[in-house]
Amino acid sequence: MVYLTRRCEFSASHYYHNPEFTEEENRRVFGKCANLNGHGHNYTLEVTVKGEIDPQTGFVVDLKDLKEILNREVLDAMDHRHLNLEVPEFKDRIPTTENLAIAIWGRLERKLEVARLHRVRVYEMPDLFVDFYGEA
Amino acid sequence: MKAHLTRRYMFSASHRLHCDGLSAAENRDVYGKCNNPHGHGHNYALEVTVSGQVDAKTGMVCNLVDLDDAVRREVLERFDHVDLNQSTEFASAVPTTENLIEVIFQILKRSFRGAHLEKVRLEETAMNSFEYGGGSS
Repeated sequence: MVYLTRRCEFSASHYYHNPEFTEEENRRVFGKCANLNGHGHNYTLEVTVKGEIDPQTGFVVDLKDLKEILNREVLDAMDHRHLNLEVPEFKDRIPTTENLAIAIWGRLERKLEVARLHRVRVYEMPDLFVDFYGEA
Repeated sequence: MKAHLTRRYMFSASHRLHCDGLSAAENRDVYGKCNNPHGHGHNYALEVTVSGQVDAKTGMVCNLVDLDDAVRREVLERFDHVDLNQSTEFASAVPTTENLIEVIFQILKRSFRGAHLEKVRLEETAMNSFEYGGGSS
C-alpha cells in the first residue's frame, strides 16, 4: 500500500452563525468569526489517497485524473466563493474547517475510482488544520 | 463525524543536555555540542492534535479559544523564554525533546478536557521533530 498526497490552494470567505443561537450566544461561541459580513482565508487542501502500485504504470493513481477531480469537485465550487452562500453543503451547516474537511471528503470519495481516499487535510491558516479520515 | 484538529504554537527556550550519572567525557560523547556548559536555545514549534465528534450546533471539535487558553496558560507560559534545565519538570530529567514532549503531553492531558488529546508533535529545529500520543510502547 502506498499513500500519495496532492496539495492545492483555494481562497474563500465565510462566517460562523447558528440561527438557533441568540446573537449573544453566536458572539460568545464564534467570536469575531460571527461577523455576518464574513471574512476570508487562503485554504490549503491536502488530499491523500492510498492504493497498490499498478505494475504497468507504476502509479497509485493517475495524477492528472486526481488533479481534474480536485479542480472540478473542490476548486471550481469553492475557490473565490462565499462558502455560506454558494456551497450547498453549508446551507444548513456551519462552514468551520471541520465541516469543510468533511464536505470535501464527501465530494471526493464518490468520484475516486482507482485509489481510495485516505485523508483530507484542510489548513485554514498555517497554524491550524483539520484532518478527516472518513470516520463516523 | 469524527475529525482531528491540529493547532500550531511557537515557543523559545534554552537547554543543556547533560546527565549527572555520566562522566564529563561520556556526556560530551553522548550529547556532543548539546552538552556545552553554557547551554543553547531553540525555537520550538508545538503542534497539538485533538479529536472528537464535530458538534452539530457549532461545527467544531472543540472551541479553539479554550484550546489556545490551555496551551498558553499551561505550556507556553511555563516554557517560553526560560531555561528548561531550571524548570521543576527537569529537576531530575534531561530536557531532550523526547522528555519535553512527554511532559507537554501529560500537562495537556490534565489541563485540557475540551476534546480527546490525540497527539503532540514538537519540532526542535526544521530538521527534527518528535511525536507522542501517550502510552509506553
